[in-house]
Amino acid sequence: MSFATRGFSGRRREADTRLPPGQTLVQDWPVLSAGPTPQVDTADWELTLQDETGADHRWSWDELLALGVEDITVDIHCVTHWTRLDMAWRGVSLDKLFEDVESEHEFVMAHSYGGYTSNLPLEDLLDGKAWIATEADGAPLTPEHGGPARLLVPHLYFWKSAKWIRGLTMMPDNDAGFWEQYGYHLYGDPWKEERYW
Amino acid sequence: MTDHLDGNVLAGALSEVFTTDVTAARARCGGCGRMSAIAEAMVYTSAPGLVARCAGCDQVLATIVDAGDRLILSLAGLSAIELRR
Amino acid sequence: MSAPSLASVGRSRPRPAWHVATVAETRRETPTAARLTLEVPTWPGSEAGSHVDVRLTAPDGYQASRSYSIASSTPEGQVILAVDEQPDGEVSPFLVHEVRPGDQLELHGPLGAFFVWRPGESDLPVQLVAGGSGVVPLYAMAAAHGAAADAAPFRLLYSTRTSADVFFADELAALTGPAFSLDLVYTREAPDGWPDAVGRLTRETLAARTLPAARQPRIYVCGSTGFVETVARWLQDLGHPAAAIHTERFGGL
Repeated sequence: MSFATRGFSGRRREADTRLPPGQTLVQDWPVLSAGPTPQVDTADWELTLQDETGADHRWSWDELLALGVEDITVDIHCVTHWTRLDMAWRGVSLDKLFEDVESEHEFVMAHSYGGYTSNLPLEDLLDGKAWIATEADGAPLTPEHGGPARLLVPHLYFWKSAKWIRGLTMMPDNDAGFWEQYGYHLYGDPWKEERYW
Repeated sequence: MTDHLDGNVLAGALSEVFTTDVTAARARCGGCGRMSAIAEAMVYTSAPGLVARCAGCDQVLATIVDAGDRLILSLAGLSAIELRR
Repeated sequence: MSAPSLASVGRSRPRPAWHVATVAETRRETPTAARLTLEVPTWPGSEAGSHVDVRLTAPDGYQASRSYSIASSTPEGQVILAVDEQPDGEVSPFLVHEVRPGDQLELHGPLGAFFVWRPGESDLPVQLVAGGSGVVPLYAMAAAHGAAADAAPFRLLYSTRTSADVFFADELAALTGPAFSLDLVYTREAPDGWPDAVGRLTRETLAARTLPAARQPRIYVCGSTGFVETVARWLQDLGHPAAAIHTERFGGL
């Protein structure tokens, strides 16, 4: 029974070939959160990468940065229908984290401080497609946006870019993470509009 | 940062599922065992779905995802809901 | 108006449904808020304190929906909303500035059986605590209490920025009497000659201007999340049992 209400347009939406279907261009950066915002000091921060042997690869904040921080300019697409174009990030390529990791497993669960999880195929994290991001828009990531560090996987919907990242665990099957359990797509390609199950 | 609301805001979405208003119903958290009204849960609305968390232990009690022609509801964090006849 | 029994209230509560509302009147409520009177022929009436989801649809099909408290335990066929503009909001600026008589909106409701007050339910006194536009559902309760000539004493503590920001100022003044008292706390600017300090509500003021725990009031608190959580904690510190404290948080998101 829906009808248009006179004069209502909502937030401005523009057509742009760089916008995936169903997306709206925004200039600001909306904050989305499914729970309390963890406050993690870089002095206490640690990233763990766990493979099937149970061996842990660990990086402190300084050790992560020592791997080499690069500039990244990418578009990000949130499943709640907004897209930001040409967003400036800085971070460490996951290729560097996986350099010494030998694993037969093809999937990864990203774990966050605060308990959030998201699942990804390993191949989507390699070959320059994903980073541990520490800065955005020229400043350190704030806690609201996932600081001190978040996953950045810009070719998938942004819920995959887990905020407050603290670990990556290799897994044999594509188990569902937080939103993937509760209705969102297991993969999440914005160009195919893979939003829901 | 006060980034959540409360379970009162779930009334609209849950009315699509239940025949009575369940926001006034008490429910037990599957994590800490706390009994409280659904309306007293902390609800995060600025997210890809509605996320209701226990006011005592932060455990996710329920989620509601609006998938257009479908509504995807999880009550997995609740061990029980008390519905008055 | 006779008070229905509790059981019949529970069973006769109208099922939430989608309704088409036509704006009958819009007027400025405060410098940042508007009062909308909506004609809704299918509206079944609602309990004081309940809310409604307002859904707006753009010509291209884009939709946005937000929850608003109903400003009155309205009769059948009419809904009154008082909407405070959230500067970064998507729906409230439209409702405050753009809507005019004759426009049509979609409503889903009435919603919420938790944060409601029902006449005749108890003789215990009722304490209402409002922060800003959180007064809207509490005004609905006070108005319903007055209309029902309910015996339970009512008291409202209302934290507001300035006197110009008071919602339903005339209506609240008119309700004031033996069964309803109003205490205002000004957080930015008080009227000339106001005896109390201007500033945020404190625990001491809350203790001094609300019914003591010994009187076992039923308590309804509505405001921003920070306001509600602070006040609820103080009320428990003052000896009120958690079960007596009903809360509703609103946000500008």
